[in-house]
Formats: sequence, C-alpha cells, structure tokens
Amino acid sequence: MKYVLMYTSRPDLAANTDSEAAQAIYKRVYEWFGENAGVMADSGAELLGVETATTVKHDPAGAVVVDGPFNEAKEVIGGFSVIDVADMDAAIAIVKTWPMLDLPGVAVEIRPMVEDYSQFE
Amino acid sequence: MTTTDGLLARTLRQEAGPLVARLSRRFGDFDLAEEAVQGAVVEALTRWRRDGPPDNPGAWLQVAATRNAMDGMRHRDRQRALAGRADPPSSEPADGTDERLALLFACCHPALAPEARLALTLRAVVGLTTPQIARAFLAHESTLAQRIVRAKRKIVSSGISLTVPAESELAERLGDVLAVVYVMFNEGFVSSTGPTQDRDLSADAVWLAGVVATSLPTEAEAWGLAALLTIQHARGRARFVAGDLVLLRDQDRRLWDHAAIAGGERMIERAASLGKPGPYQLQAAIAAVHAIGASWEETDWLQISLLYDELARWDPSPVVRLNQVVARSQVLGPLEALAGLEQLSGPLADYHLFHATRAELLTAVGRAAEAEAANRRALELTTNDAERRLLTTRLHRRPLDDGS
Repeated sequence: MKYVLMYTSRPDLAANTDSEAAQAIYKRVYEWFGENAGVMADSGAELLGVETATTVKHDPAGAVVVDGPFNEAKEVIGGFSVIDVADMDAAIAIVKTWPMLDLPGVAVEIRPMVEDYSQFE
Repeated sequence: MTTTDGLLARTLRQEAGPLVARLSRRFGDFDLAEEAVQGAVVEALTRWRRDGPPDNPGAWLQVAATRNAMDGMRHRDRQRALAGRADPPSSEPADGTDERLALLFACCHPALAPEARLALTLRAVVGLTTPQIARAFLAHESTLAQRIVRAKRKIVSSGISLTVPAESELAERLGDVLAVVYVMFNEGFVSSTGPTQDRDLSADAVWLAGVVATSLPTEAEAWGLAALLTIQHARGRARFVAGDLVLLRDQDRRLWDHAAIAGGERMIERAASLGKPGPYQLQAAIAAVHAIGASWEETDWLQISLLYDELARWDPSPVVRLNQVVARSQVLGPLEALAGLEQLSGPLADYHLFHATRAELLTAVGRAAEAEAANRRALELTTNDAERRLLTTRLHRRPLDDGS
C-alpha cells in the first residue's frame, strides 16, 4: 500500500533548537532517507478523507500513535514523502524512526493513497 | 439468562472472532466479514430463542455467516475485484487462537479512536450486537453504529492488517489491548444490575483476558489482568442483594466462587514467575489478599498497604493514591489517613468516592458535622443508581477501595 507522509513542525518551537543540535538531526534525516530509499516512491498523490488520518507525535517518553489529524494552526507541513509498504504497521514503524520526532512540536501525518479507482466508478 | 441465551453467549464468544478473521482473510475484506458475522449473530438471537438452539451451534453460525458474506459479495459492485482477491480456504490455520488475537490487536489499534476500540472489539471479537453494546454503555444506538462503521472503514482503507504485532511493538500494543479488556470488565462490573443486560460483559471480559494470556503465555501483565478480572468476577454473586450494591466489607464471603479465586491465584503465581512486575499484577495481588481474608477485619491490611505503595509507584494517579490512603487507614488509623487524604482534595474534588472516604474518616475521628457534609457531596456526585442507593441507605458506611 502507498502512504503519503506529511512532516509537520511548529516553527515557534523549532526556533528554540540550537544550531548544533539541528545540524546533527539534519545529518540523521539524510541518513534516514538513505536507509528508507527502498520504500520511497514518487508520484502524484491523491489522499483519502481526513478521517483516515493517523498521527505519530513527539512525546518525552518516546513517539506515540494517535487517531486523527490533530494539526493545530501553529503547525506547518514542511514536506512529504510517498512510501510503498505492506500495511499501516509497516508505515508507522518507519515513521517512528523519523529523526525530527526528537524535537518538540514535530508530528508526521500518515495518509493512505487512493490506488484503486474502481471504487469511484 | 435462559439456557438458550447462555449457550448463544458461549457460542458467540468462541466463534464470532475466529469467523470474522477467517472470512476477512478469505474475501480480503474486513468490513464484509464483520457485517456477515453480525448478520448471523442477529439471526441466531431471533431463531434460537424461537426454535431452540441447533445441534451444532458453531457450525450453524459458520454456515449463516459464510452465506451472508457470499450474498454481500454478490451485491457489491466490486464483485469481480473481491473474488480475485479471495484466498483459497486451505490457507486457514486450524487453531482459532492466533486469528482471534490478531483480530483483537487490529480492533485495539492505536490508529483507531480510543472510544471506538472497545465498541469494535465487543462486536467483532466477542460477538455482541450493536443494540447490546448500546444498552451496556447507555449510548445511542445510532451514535455507536456510526462509531463502529467509521472504525471498520479506517481498518480497511488505511491498511491496518489483522496480525499480531512484531516482538518490537508487542509490549506497547499489548498495553492498548489490555486496557480495552479492563475497561470492558469495569463497564460490566459497575452496571451489572440492569435488567436490560442480556450479556454479562464482565464474564466476556474475563474470558477475553484468558484468551490473551494463554495466547501470549510469557507476557506477565496479560496473566496479571486475567488474574485480576477472574478474582473480581468471582465475587459477583455477593456484590448485589436485591439490586443493591453490597460493600466488600459486608459481602457474604460464602457466596464467592472460591475455585475461581484459587484459579486467579495460580495465574498471579504464573505471572510472578516471569519476573516482569506491573500494575495489573499488583492490582491482582491486592484483590487476592482481599479474597483470601476470612473477613474484612481479618484481612492482611499491612500487605495490602504495601502493595498499594508499590502500585502508586507505577501509577501515581489520584484514584490509586486514594486507595492507598484507605489501606493505610487500616494500618495507621484514621487520623494519619485523613492527613494523606486532604492532599487529594484538589484532583479528586468531583469524585464521589473521595468524599465518601473522607466522610468515613471524619466520622471515625468524631467530626460529625463535616462528615455529613462530605456524605452529601458524595451523593450529589454519584451517577450510578446502585451506588446512589447504597450511599442513601447507608450514609455512614464507606464504599471500599476497589469500588465495592
């Protein structure tokens, strides 16, 4: 299944991260894209409704998974990827390793992509 | 509950979950499978009650559900697409345990809204109908049906698979599953007086906790929960007299199911042997100490107090600390306990058992006027009819640590 990952962050909180820590995380981000190159697909993305959203959020005790697209107005989407994996659990497992989740205010929204257009016929 | 209803409940417990899992694998569609089994459950409810149960209830249900699934497929526009996705039935595992567990993990997936997890579990895994669930939770049937439909669609459309999570994820995901079973038990435990109750939710939860523990035999907390629910449920017959809730201290202990309690104790030992302590095991140990006491007075309060101290380290929630205070009052006396209780007056300002406990301790130290005010406050805050009657008729008695 294909999923679109939307990377969001809070600019007000991100501004508090010192530049050395930010550099270290960017380095890990590049590595992360390298490690996951095998499941990255690039294509036009059409998303299912917002009620299908699942969010993995920053938490001091480790990333947590919740229902819904709880993006607040303060959050911005910084970029997106399309991945092709077996199921939702596989998508969540990859997203949980997203290095930016170490930063407060960071969240990644996972949305399944429409692939079977026969349901709209 | 009539014999037919009892048999029906047992059959659905055993068969509904595996049937949903098998049909969804066969037809590649969870939604279709779940609807097909629900249809069969509703048919069974009406036909078995009217004509008596069939010779082989499990097979009857399987035939009805499979027929519904085939009908459902024929009525769908994507008939051909679905048929193409259908796996040969030979891929089905013979043993139903794992598929039931996989279904349970899917229904309790963290990507689903927390309030939908329990409802979906009750329908898909345990085999309750939507009206039964609505009655148990005093919820509107349409609201509940909506919630279930939304959760099922999310499982299908976002690719939540019906599998037991991998080792690395298991511990975390198991916590969600155990929480749902725990809530399920408590819903039944608190509201089990209602005449509309046509399924014993608590008995269903005890059974489901047993399924999880035996399927994951090295998970200590799964055994802990199974032990806790088994022991609590064993007190069932003594908890209500003529519809009125009876406090633990006043219960006729001869009515308890002592064989079940002994079974619960064995589960605690099994959990303890795994060397991974946790809050469900501690709660089970507390319940066990209560259960083996010959009377309220002869209960090993020091042991219970120490167990609550340990539990509060895992779960420092105000309600656990309230129970810790109650246990300590038995060891150290009401004056000491009262001081500990006042620290909880903020977070528990709207919790009726806080005020009921406070009233009891104030009475014990001779502050009658304050005790009466606390009792009135407890009464105002009680929402459960049975609990309200209890507080009304025994204004100076105390609802106990574990609720009753």
